[in-house]
Amino acid sequence: MRAFDYRRAHSPEDAARLTQAPEAMLIAGGTNLLDLMKLQVETPELLADIGRIGFAEIIDTDDGGLSIGALATNTAVAIHPRVRRDYPVLARAILAGATQQLRNRATTGGNLCQRTRCFYFTDIDQPCNKREPGSGCGAIGGVNKLHAVLGASDHCIATYPGDMAVAMAALDARVIIGAADGQQRSVPVRDFHRLPGDTPWRDNVLDPGEVILAVELPAPLEGMQIYRKVRERSSYAFALVSIAAVIAVENGAITRAELAFGGLAHKPWHDPRISELLVGSAPSAELFDRAADLLLESAEGQGDNDFKIPLARRALHAVLAQVMEQAA
Amino acid sequence: MASELIVNGRPHRLPDDPRVSLLDYLRHDLGLTGTKKGCDHGQCGACTVIVNGLRINSCLSLAVMHDGDQITTIEGLGTPEAPSPLQRAFLAHDGFQCGYCTPGQICSATAMLDEIANGWPSDASASLEGRFEPTGEEIRERMSGNLCRCGAYANIVAAIADVATESDA
Repeated sequence: MRAFDYRRAHSPEDAARLTQAPEAMLIAGGTNLLDLMKLQVETPELLADIGRIGFAEIIDTDDGGLSIGALATNTAVAIHPRVRRDYPVLARAILAGATQQLRNRATTGGNLCQRTRCFYFTDIDQPCNKREPGSGCGAIGGVNKLHAVLGASDHCIATYPGDMAVAMAALDARVIIGAADGQQRSVPVRDFHRLPGDTPWRDNVLDPGEVILAVELPAPLEGMQIYRKVRERSSYAFALVSIAAVIAVENGAITRAELAFGGLAHKPWHDPRISELLVGSAPSAELFDRAADLLLESAEGQGDNDFKIPLARRALHAVLAQVMEQAA
Repeated sequence: MASELIVNGRPHRLPDDPRVSLLDYLRHDLGLTGTKKGCDHGQCGACTVIVNGLRINSCLSLAVMHDGDQITTIEGLGTPEAPSPLQRAFLAHDGFQCGYCTPGQICSATAMLDEIANGWPSDASASLEGRFEPTGEEIRERMSGNLCRCGAYANIVAAIADVATESDA
């Protein structure tokens, strides 16, 4: 690990000020960042520790939703009584990720900002436009089993690796972002992560000098909540494909269908056309196929990850079949 | 700001170099070599210790981040003369071969039994609410952060199940 200065931030504004310098980074749980620092993928000159600035509370909002402090751990969120009762898709997504040891340290803000697990990104001897702009993409034409089939570019085919944000995208949560001058802005989780385009080093819309303060969940939505994760082993593995779904059925017709997909793209994937197609229709295998057609309309395999296209279709069928079974 | 952390009940001064992981601090600075370095990347769980009651990977934490924290390592759980219930069960069930992963397994399982007692669900739980039974499936999922390259899993699960049902009664 390269040498760095370590300082504790005392407030979000303090943290935001410290990270205005390009060589500075924030550390909270550290489970992803320290791993990357050991690999010298990240070489900050200043680490600003935000672990003790508060912002770990999970509190009810005035509109019946829930505000999750950026420093609330994955564990604290997954075991929270209201998350379990009103947002089970979020509890399930978090529990499906990592291990208890990691979830005990990993924070909500840090989890949103976690980096891709692309093999070329984490190996400093390989080309990677995300790690070293202009060096090329080793994954294109390389080993790319875990990589994106939607929204990739000629510069980067990495995926966003997390589970938590996929559930938050289905729930249409918002990220509350603070700046050094105390100003705040809020961004839907669905728009927080970026597609790689020709600037793949930017994972999300956070600017230098901004910090995540909280994630706000809207008031609970009627319907079934499902998180389905397909992975190579039954625990402690990243998703090949995952689906977070909030779906309601009334009198034989779908009345709500909020779906988000993990493992397919550089961000949790949400396509509003799927909801438009499903809502108002009676569920059927043929309808589900059309939903999968929409989802995968522009899907493009890279070789090793070609399997993700039929796998996403099957996973979507499985989730919708589970809904029909529970609705019956 | 406090400049010490508490390990197995005793205060210790934080290291000067912020790069020192909690794992290296325990092993090199304090000589508590029961905590093991396996992968050093949070994948194997050999370095698991208990911080303020929660199990974590000590390799993915800097010692300086833990000022004022209460840390329990395998040395703090029991002694050869007075082993903890899990230490005794691992011996009785032969829950290891080479033993390298064992301190991490036992620290992890110690905290895991508290999590079950506190009603925390896991990915293997059919419902997110209620009481969670320490079934083989639950124990395997909850212990998935601790690898055993000798493959002593069957006996590890048996040892943990033994203590889980004991403390249940």
